[in-house]
Formats: sequence, C-alpha cells, structure tokens
Amino acid sequence: MSGFLNFISSLSTTLTFSITFGTVILFGALGEILTEKGGNLNLGVPGIMYIGAIASLAGALWYEGLGLQSALGFFYPFSCILVCLIFCFGASMLAGLLYSYLTISLRTNQNVTGLTLTIFGTGIANYFGGSLGSVGTVRAAVTSDAMKAYISPLVKWLDGLTDKMNLGSLLFRHGFMVYFAILLAIVLWYFLTKTRTGLSLRAVGENTATADAAGLNINKYKYLSTCIGAGISGLGGCFYVMEYIDGLWETSATIESLGWLAVALVIFATWKPMRCIWGAYLFGLLSWFYFLIPGLFKGSDKIFQMLPYLFTLLVLILVSLRRKPEDQPPASLGKAYFREER
Amino acid sequence: MIRISKRSGISGWLAVLIRVIAVLLALVLCLLLTLLFTGKNPLRVLTEMVGGSFGTTKRLWEFLQRTMLLACIAVGLAPAFKMHFWNVGAEGQMLMGGLGALILMKFAWKLPSLPLLILMALLAIVFGAIWGMIPGFFKAKWNANETLFTLMMNYIAIQIVLYFCTIWEGTLGTVKIGIMNGTSSQPSYHKGWIGEMFTGSFNDNDYMWLVLIVLVVVVAMWAYLRYTKQGYEISVVGDSENTARYAGIRVNRVYVRSMAISGGVCGFAGFLAVSAVSRTLSESTADGRGFTAIIIAWLAHTNPFLMVVFSALYTFMELAGKQMSSAFRLNDYYAKILTGIVLFFVLGCEFFANYKVKISRKPKGGALK
Amino acid sequence: MNMLGGIYFPDEGSIRIEGQDAVIRSPKDSFQYGIGMIHQHFKLVDVFTAAENIVLGLEGDKGKLDRASIRKTVREIAEKYGFDIDPDQKIYDMSVSQKQTVEIVKVLYRGANILILDEPTAVLTPQETDKLFAVMRNMKADGKAIIIITHKLHEVLDVSDRVAVLRKGRYIGDVETAKATQQSLTDMMVGRTVSLNIDRPKAEELSDRLVVKDLTVRDKEGVKKLDNVSFTAMGGEILGIAGVAGSGQKELLEAIAGLQHQEPGSEIRYLSPDGKELLLTGMDPLDIINSGVLLSFVPEDRFGAGLVGSMPIVDNIKLRTYRDHPGFLADRAKAGALADRIVTDLEVVTPDTNRTPIRRLSGGNVQKVLVGREIASNPTVLMTAYAVRGLDINTSYMIYSLLTEQKMKGVAVIYVGEDLDVLLELCDRILVLCGGQISGIVDAKTTTKEEIGLLMTQFRREAQA
Repeated sequence: MSGFLNFISSLSTTLTFSITFGTVILFGALGEILTEKGGNLNLGVPGIMYIGAIASLAGALWYEGLGLQSALGFFYPFSCILVCLIFCFGASMLAGLLYSYLTISLRTNQNVTGLTLTIFGTGIANYFGGSLGSVGTVRAAVTSDAMKAYISPLVKWLDGLTDKMNLGSLLFRHGFMVYFAILLAIVLWYFLTKTRTGLSLRAVGENTATADAAGLNINKYKYLSTCIGAGISGLGGCFYVMEYIDGLWETSATIESLGWLAVALVIFATWKPMRCIWGAYLFGLLSWFYFLIPGLFKGSDKIFQMLPYLFTLLVLILVSLRRKPEDQPPASLGKAYFREER
Repeated sequence: MIRISKRSGISGWLAVLIRVIAVLLALVLCLLLTLLFTGKNPLRVLTEMVGGSFGTTKRLWEFLQRTMLLACIAVGLAPAFKMHFWNVGAEGQMLMGGLGALILMKFAWKLPSLPLLILMALLAIVFGAIWGMIPGFFKAKWNANETLFTLMMNYIAIQIVLYFCTIWEGTLGTVKIGIMNGTSSQPSYHKGWIGEMFTGSFNDNDYMWLVLIVLVVVVAMWAYLRYTKQGYEISVVGDSENTARYAGIRVNRVYVRSMAISGGVCGFAGFLAVSAVSRTLSESTADGRGFTAIIIAWLAHTNPFLMVVFSALYTFMELAGKQMSSAFRLNDYYAKILTGIVLFFVLGCEFFANYKVKISRKPKGGALK
Repeated sequence: MNMLGGIYFPDEGSIRIEGQDAVIRSPKDSFQYGIGMIHQHFKLVDVFTAAENIVLGLEGDKGKLDRASIRKTVREIAEKYGFDIDPDQKIYDMSVSQKQTVEIVKVLYRGANILILDEPTAVLTPQETDKLFAVMRNMKADGKAIIIITHKLHEVLDVSDRVAVLRKGRYIGDVETAKATQQSLTDMMVGRTVSLNIDRPKAEELSDRLVVKDLTVRDKEGVKKLDNVSFTAMGGEILGIAGVAGSGQKELLEAIAGLQHQEPGSEIRYLSPDGKELLLTGMDPLDIINSGVLLSFVPEDRFGAGLVGSMPIVDNIKLRTYRDHPGFLADRAKAGALADRIVTDLEVVTPDTNRTPIRRLSGGNVQKVLVGREIASNPTVLMTAYAVRGLDINTSYMIYSLLTEQKMKGVAVIYVGEDLDVLLELCDRILVLCGGQISGIVDAKTTTKEEIGLLMTQFRREAQA
C-alpha cells in the first residue's frame, strides 16, 4: 500500500516537473512556429531562450533594486512581473532582429546564422549570469515569487476533493505563465488559421514568389514573424529562470537542451500550435519519466530522454512518407528570397 | 535609395580583402568590449589575447590540437556541403565515432597498440558513417528534410553517449567514464592512446600525431573532391541534379555514399578526440564542435585548406577569450561572446562579397523592373 | 503581355486603357487598371484552399478572415459565369483545369475587366476546353475584354471575335475571325518562305537506327505528354521535329535518353551500325552508357540539364569523359585536350578554359561547347533540342554544318527546331508533333511551310469517355 502511495506521490512530482519543462518547451516551440511559418528556420532558439532568461533575471534584479515596494504597495509584484517580461521580450526580440537582419537583409545562410546565434546567446547569458555575483546566491525574489503565485484555496479545495491524487496541486499549483503558454498556443492557432494576416504570413512561408506577386511586403512579414517569434521563444527562458530555478542563475546546459527540444517539438507537432500543447507536456514527461520508476534499469533516464528526439524523427519520416501536404514543413523554409530571380 | 545587385564575379583579392576587413572590425569590437568590461590597458588586453594561443608551448599545442580537431570535422562536412546537403549532424556523428573508439579501448585493449588504434579508427568511421547514412538514405528515398533530420540525430547520439557514460561510469555516481586506461599499475595502461606512439614516452602536450593525421585528412579530402570520379559526381549533383541525371549519375546513390563519407570523417574526428585528447567519452567530447564546424565549413566554401584557416581563427578567438577571462577574472563564457561576434562579422561580410550595393540619391524612374 | 501584366516595362510606345495613357510598372499597377493575367504557370499556394488563394494579399477587412462572405462572393462569381469551383477545396487536390479556374476567379474577384489568358488550353482536355470557352463567352456577354493567346487555330476560330497575328515579336495584322480561315491564319503566321542556302547533301546509305513504338509519357500530374508516338530514326539522315512549344518535344528526347518514365507498352529499340539490337526501354542514362549505346543529347535547357554552370569548360567536358579513366580517379588529361580542341575548332571565346565558370560565357559559346562535347564522343545517335536558340547567324550555320557532317558519317540526327525555314532546308524528313501526338511525318524536300503549319495546329480531338 505504501508502495502505491509512494508511486502516487512521485507521479504527482513527476507530472509537475513535466508541466514545468513542458511549458518552457511550449514557449520555445510556439515562437519557432511563428518564425518558421514565415519561412525562416531559426536554429538560434536555444540561444534566444538563454538571452530571454538572462534578460528577465537582469531586469528583475535591477527593478527590485530600485526599491519601489513601499511606493507601489499592492501593485508592486505586478510591476515586477511586467518589467521582467518586458526585458525578456525586448532582449529576445533584439536577438531575433539580429538574426533577421543577417538572414533577410544580408541574406546569410539561415542554418549557419542560427547556430552562431546559439553560440552567441549561450555566451552572453552565461557571461552575465556568472557575473551577477556568485551563481546561485543572487535571487530575484519578489519577481520569482510573484510569477509562481497560485490560487491556494482552489488548490487546497481540489486536493481535498481528490484525496491522494493531489489533482489541485497538479493542475493549478503553477504560476500564471503555464496557462499563458496554453492561451498563447490557442491565440497563435487562431492567428494562423483564421485571420487575414495569418493567411498572408503562411503564404510568405509557403510560396514566397506567389505572396510577392499578390502584393505582400515579404520583408515586413519575415522580419515581424521572426522578431515576435524570438520574443515568444525567449519567454521560455524567463519561465525557466523564474519558476524552475526560483529566480536564481545556474550554469548548466539545461536551457540549451530544452531549446533543442523546442525545435524538435515544432517538427513533432507538424507546425501546428494546438498539437504543441500536448506534445510539449509529453516531451516534458519523457524528460522526467525516470523519476517515476527510479532505477528501472541503469541509465534508463538517458534512454527516456532520447525518446522525444526519436519520436520527432519518426514523425519526420512518417510525414515525408505520407506526403500529406498539411503536415509538410513550410515549402520555402530555409530559403532566401530574391525578387530579381523571378 | 539603395540598389542591390548580384556580383557577376569577384576577384580573388577583393574577396580576401572583404573578409580580412570583417575580421579586423570584429577584433576591434572584441577589443573595445573587453576594455569596457575590464578597463585595462589595451596593450595588455592585446597581449593576453595573443598569449592565449601562443603564450607558452603548452598553449601552442592546445591551439594546434583544437584547430586541427575542429578542422577535421569541418573537412568531414565538406562532401555534404559540396553536394548542397545540409548535414548539421556532425556533433552526433563525431560522438558516435568516439563511442566506437571507446568500445575497443575498453574491451579490446589486449590487442597490440597499432592494430588496436587502427581498429578503433575503423570502428569510429563505421559508426559515424552509419549515423550519416541514415539521413542520407531518407533524403534520397523520401526526400525527408535533411537539416531537421540530422539535427535530431545529434541528440539521439548525445543520449546514447550519456547512457554509456552511466553504465560504464568510472566512479560510482559521477556519470562519467573517467580516463580510460590511465592507471599505470594496470596492463591496459595507455592502450589506445595515440600520443605515446610518437615520443615513446607519453607527454600531455604532445598532439603531434593528431595534427599530422588531420593534415593528411585535409589533403586527402581536397584531393578526393578535386580529382576523383566520386568527388566530381558530388560537385555535379550539388550544382544541378538534372544535369547529374543527364550525365548518368545516380543521384540517390551519391547522396547516401557521400553522407557515409561525411559521417565517417566526423566519426574519425571522434576517434581522434577520444584517443588523442580526452581519453574518455562524454557529451563534452564534442563540446559543440560539431556545430561550430558547420559554420567553419560554410565560411570556407568547402575548401579544406580554408577550413584549417577558419578553424585557426575560431580557436584563436576561443583561447583569447579563455585567457582574458582567467587573466581579468571574467567568466569563462566570455570566449563564446567573442567567437560569436567574429562569426557574425564574417558571415555578414559574405553579403558584400556576393552583392554590389549602390547608394543613389534619387530613385530613378523608368528602369524599374 | 508581360508588359500589360507589369512584369516588363516597355522601352518605347504606349499603352492606352479606356482612352487614357496608362503607366504600368508593377503587377499591382496592372491590377489597378483592371487587367487580370492568367499565366501558364499558376501562382497559387498549394496548401491553401481556393478561397484562401483568391483573397490572398487583398487589403480587405483586417483581422478575422470572413470565410463565409468570401465563399458567398466566390459562389456568386461562379454562378454568374458558370464556373465549377469549390471554395474550400485545397489546391493540391485540384486538377490543372480546376487550378486554372481558381486563377480566373481570382482576377475576377479583384474586379478585372480585361483578362489575358496565356495558352490556357495547353493543359486542358477537350472537354475542359469547351467548358472554359463557355465561361469565356459568358464573360464576354458581361462586357469583359478577353485576350487569349493560343497556337491552336481551331480554337481561335471557335472562340474569338478578332485575331491579331504576331510573328517574332512583330505585329503582322489583325482580321475579323468570321472572315478568317485556318489556312489564311497559317499563312500569316508562317510568312513567306525564305531561302537560307543550307547545304543538304545526301548520305550514301540509310539504315534504321532507332525504332520508337507506341511511346507514351505522362508528367507528374498524370497528364499525357506523349501519346502513342511511333517512328523510326535512320542513320544518315536528319530527322526534324516540328511543333509549337510544349507539344512533347522535350519529353520525346528525354524519354529516349532514359530521363523520363515510359508508360507500359512503350518500346524504344536501338539498332547499332554493326547490326546488334538492343531494347532501351526502362534503362536509365547510366544503363544506356554501360550498354555501349553511343547516344548524344543536346538538351533544351543548357544549364538546367546539360551543363554545370558553376564549372569551367574543362569540367563540363568531363561530364562525358570522367568515367574514361580506369580506377578511382576522374579523367583529366582527356577532358583537357578535348576542351582545347573544341575551343580551337569551334572558335569558342573564353578567358580561361580551366577557370572561368561556363555560365559567364555568351550563349553562342556555351552552345558550341555543349554541341562540341556531344559530337566528340562519336555518337551513333545525336539528339538536339533548339540547338540554335538565341545564337547569332554565324554560330547557327556552324552548328548546321556540324550536324550535316554527323549525318554524312552515318549518325542518326534528331533535330528539334522552331524555325520552319531551317527545318525545311536542313532536315531530310520532318516529324510534326501536336499535343503529344504525331500529326504527320513529311519529306522535307517536297513539303511546304504551309503544310507543316497546318499539321502543327491540327489538334486531333481524342474521343474520351
């Protein structure tokens, strides 16, 4: 019996961690979907997530250092969140702008530019992260706590209702960013499929020459989708720093590996935001699965963590095999466009 | 109004000049950045930068070792890139190669040194080649997007390596294999290590074998691409698949074969990294080099000799950053910022090598197309 | 037409629309004047629905895409003119004619009053063509101006009110359709026969070299590009192939070269000069090379299919010789020597045979290299597609004499051409293709330009279920 209880408790912990990781991946993937729908394959997602992470931390620390707590009172935590998000989004967009300028205006190769951005972003983030003081001691306490805030009566009530399952904790004991990510996926889905601008953006990514002939401003669409996409991806970094590691900084490669999982998820979800939602949690779960059955066999955690990539590969193969047009990558993905070559 | 037009051709000197200017600009920016962060005397900063690679004999060897290892992976990418096949899977191919080498180091150390090393290299090549052929096959057969495919193969390889790190961990709980065959009291001592073969006694800084072997690989790849039938077929396929078919070249076969070679050389780089440098295997055996090599190979326009030059430039910046961070107490990641800046500049300058930019005051009517 | 569409800008002259001078600089300007162009290559996004393609790029209501009202408008247009269109069908699911319908509805949706259709029937079946013509008559009744560019004379006579004839960029004249006949239009199109004085010696001996039987080829979309083509090419003669552009010439040569998938039942038989017989059907180019058939091919698309643009002359010569060296290394010496010989013999002008990418040479020099290379391998069959397109007079004559020289050596030469005068004087026999079928094989010495012109446009109507 106690074995079962242990299992339930580790299941609950595993799922909670899965949701956390899943949310980081979800932000990264949603941003990348927006970027790729415009025809740009940005392999700089891990770098952008790093930049988003460090910018949100630096912004939060700076703002908390201003000491406006007494002046703003009740609104102070909200302002902390706002500043943190603005810093994160702004810095990530700048990274996206750098990528856009190089690939769209200077027509550099997208793969190479993206990889360089990953190197650069990792460097910048860890450099400043390490310089914030000794790693793991300086904490953006107010912002992090505010971001992690949840409605405790709701959680308690549902926990009580579901007894040992702790459904309340599982579903609602998360900061608002978890739900924001889901909302964002829905908004992105609506934007891409139901709006005129979304339609135009997809046309740019599918068939740039046709979009050009239809009178759309190609560069505008590409720049905007890449920059805003980068901003969204960066939020993943912010969420990681503020929620998962509590407003601290750590020098580990976790953000980078989550960033690559985000790139993988885009393929896994075949460029569809709604599929990303469950895909992200599945990827999160696979990252933590070993936690559930500890010592299943030695090194089982590594094998489980391989599964997201393996699944993605299978999806990629299936998609090319079945040739269903809706599941294909945007047709102009990764290609630079010159009008003169019409 | 700015008018951009494609250059019809560019003289060799101008091409070199544009790149040299870009590198110099990047270096000046790096210097300024460092001055901003440290407030130190620029001359001192410059000394440290150069000192990172050339300060001591040990550092010089380190520089050579890193340059050549990076160049080896880049050279491995050359056939794929020449074929316009986006192999971004060098990291995984290298790690799989390293795994192949390590397996023999661990289980076949009883063999005499030379056969052991040859077998290690061969198994590494086979492992890398398989890792390269899989995406090549799917591209040829079902036109699966090779960029995304090879990218995913990297992480599968990383997880496989991590798995073996766990089950073969040297000290319990470290999740590290530890230096292989490093205990002097055991008969396996230094088995499968390349360095020793050259000097007789082992010397930590002796990367001479690695440098020489990679030089051979560089020349061999250059000759392969330039003088062999297969190398010629790769160029034709890269330029126009239709022309290739017209000339009786079986395009799918070329894809798979070239990716086997590409992955094989990257796997061989993994063997070198294990046998000549780390003597162990971990995720950091590749350490992102597989990705860096992609940038190097791209910048070098698939010319193996230029790859060595760009690798040297990259390594120089990397070591300069490392040296400065230790000399001025900056953090280690400073090196990544500097290399990132240099790469962005060199990448961006390609535009000026490929396009003419004219700035005219008034937009001209009439000639619009 | 590209000028009206805003793709090219006129060097001189003017365009007047509804009595006013119009300046058209971009496709957008062209829209604004109410001109709608339907190109042969559709500009559609495959994964979008018909409705989505129709409204793409329109500045209408920002924000939500009002599918219901778009669908309604599309339906209205469809009903008004009699189109058969499903607004929610994806483009990739559509047949060529459905895609064309989407293109036409697209320009009507945008309020076009002048419609230009560039060879709209080239991709349609006869039934679909009839449907299209019905729609066009409805549009005419609605007061729209329609320009249809076509080479099928019976269609011109069928659907138009007035015909303007252009030849080589020159306006020849226009006539009321009611007063025109197929013969009168053909005469205007082909013009008077011009004597070119191409030498046509007779080969001593003719022998069957290539026997093609019931060759059928379909394109990716399943449209028949060649339909039961049967003929024999003989060693010692130049077989001309005439036909308006896109009648299957490219597919015919490619099918023989092993570059097209031949439908079951097709048969291509090769008879070597020493009497051996070989079936080429189902072979790819490498099989053909390995079986010892000396087949040379000068394709239409020089850089896309016969040469490597980024490589210098020597490396392009290698395309045929690199296998000649035994072992692992590619041949170099032979290609080098051959390159020098071709450059000297054919007077190719190039800065450097070893360095300069061939793409940077002039068209004539590029073609000399290509033809020179193909002849150098001592072929028994030599196929050329539009070998003199874009070349100056001197180079053209050089190529004619090279081909005749090959003929006299006993080679079976197949010459796909567009200039009827040249075909008449250079070739021994002329095969005329129309819509993927052979509409006639005539003796070049006795036939007339008018006869060929008629055959070219005599689209045989197939009885389809």
